[in-house]
Amino acid sequence: MKARAEALPTQEMLINMGPQHPSTHGVLRVILRTDGEVVVNARPDVGYLHRALEKIGERVTYAQFMPFTDRLDYLASMNCNAAWAWTVEKLAGIEVPERAEYIRVIVCELNRISSHLIAFGSFTADMGAFTPFLYAIRERERVNDLFEDICGNRLTYNYVRIGGVSADLPDRFLEKTKEFLDYFEPKIPEYNKLISYNKIFVHRLANVAAISGGEAVAYGLTGPNLRGSGVSFDLRRSEPYSVYPKLDFDVCVGTGERGTVGDCFDRYMVRINEMRESVKILRQAIAQIPGGPVMAKVPRAFKPPVGEVYFRAENPRGETGIYLISDGTVNPYRLKLRAPSFVTMNIFEKVTKGLMIADIVAVIGSFDIILPEIDR
Amino acid sequence: MEPKAIFEAVKGKFGEAVVELQEEGFRPAFVVVSPESVREISLFLRDDPAMKFDSLMCLSGVDYKDRFAVAYHLHSLEIGHRIGVKAYLPREAPSLPSVDGVWPAANFQEREAFDLYGIVFTGSCDLRRILLPEDWVGHPLRKDYKYPEFYHGIKV
Repeated sequence: MKARAEALPTQEMLINMGPQHPSTHGVLRVILRTDGEVVVNARPDVGYLHRALEKIGERVTYAQFMPFTDRLDYLASMNCNAAWAWTVEKLAGIEVPERAEYIRVIVCELNRISSHLIAFGSFTADMGAFTPFLYAIRERERVNDLFEDICGNRLTYNYVRIGGVSADLPDRFLEKTKEFLDYFEPKIPEYNKLISYNKIFVHRLANVAAISGGEAVAYGLTGPNLRGSGVSFDLRRSEPYSVYPKLDFDVCVGTGERGTVGDCFDRYMVRINEMRESVKILRQAIAQIPGGPVMAKVPRAFKPPVGEVYFRAENPRGETGIYLISDGTVNPYRLKLRAPSFVTMNIFEKVTKGLMIADIVAVIGSFDIILPEIDR
Repeated sequence: MEPKAIFEAVKGKFGEAVVELQEEGFRPAFVVVSPESVREISLFLRDDPAMKFDSLMCLSGVDYKDRFAVAYHLHSLEIGHRIGVKAYLPREAPSLPSVDGVWPAANFQEREAFDLYGIVFTGSCDLRRILLPEDWVGHPLRKDYKYPEFYHGIKV
């Protein structure tokens, strides 16, 4: 037996996973060096979707850049829209009507639910359970219908404006949102029954690629990935912006429920729990929303004062930061988009050392990365 | 801590290497430092018990036409304060020490600044182009970048 093992070739294999691979959530290429089934090294190669958004940003006006933010994280366009508007408003000191801020929070939280639904659905599909994906898409359709009502689009919304939002909410929108919440809230325990605590699913995720809290901070993980490692940090709470201080919600963190704190299961579970918190925020926002205008007065040839500002917002995938430099003209001088998925990919090579090839899929899914945001 | 106090503390420790505090019109304020001391100052900002900047939020290259800059946005989760650190670089052969040993989060963003601005981070664990193809010529986010007419014989 021993003699046969020696006769077998045992050199490492070099495997290309992607760029066209269903489990990489877009065009991500991972260069795997494996020893049989065990990954010696997994190096991510990004940039296949690079569209030079930062360069484009220097050639368009502040308002014209809004539709480009839709293409940053297309599963959470509303959040990206709002992040851009908040950055420019912070730079120029624009006061936004309260109703507009409430509308933004409502659409952002609805978008967070639909984004987490995709994260949940595609992750379970990656793990070999296809049915939950259909459940997630079914619920997400209803959010898309709501967004179609307010802005006509179902994916790239371009709804938020610098100084407010493009139009007031349509008739019965808040009632419809309430109906959706009443419908959606009982679905979350259903997902848990359906898949979350399924034995095979848990075995695929628990204790896989555990990241400690300190490591997560040092590597710049944000959002659910950071909270999955047990760090209770949420920008909506720690650096409150918009009307979030008036809304009560819990920050969900990973607890090592089925394995180690910061493993794939914790990151998954944080997203499931955050959907429930978003429902809570939405109910309060619907109850509190005041009347009034939805746009501040912003001149057509908008020229913010000279200055530099860094603003970050809590998006479904983590902290979307925008470093904006204005030279006092109608075009941004420099805008840097700090995309959460891009920074998250930093830790990928480190956490995947020594895992099985199938676990790589679990890690990518648990990070919930999105490629247009990585490549910009 | 307020930006002013942070500036005083860093100035007291590093003297000449700390140039100025950019406050008016800057949110957050920037402590401008000399490029060669970036790594030491970063270590101080991370480890000093009064600073504890454990999180590098954002690292960006900037082209100010007459010179380049690298801007670091720092945040402390424990204390909750924020500060910017900026190092100006000459247009000719811009280079400064890498901080990926201080905050591992820096690596990808340094590669991005290297790719798009041609700023070299010395001592980096892995400095390669990241968003553009490896054989791309030039650094597109520079203000004086000329668009190429062809790439591998394909009209751009």
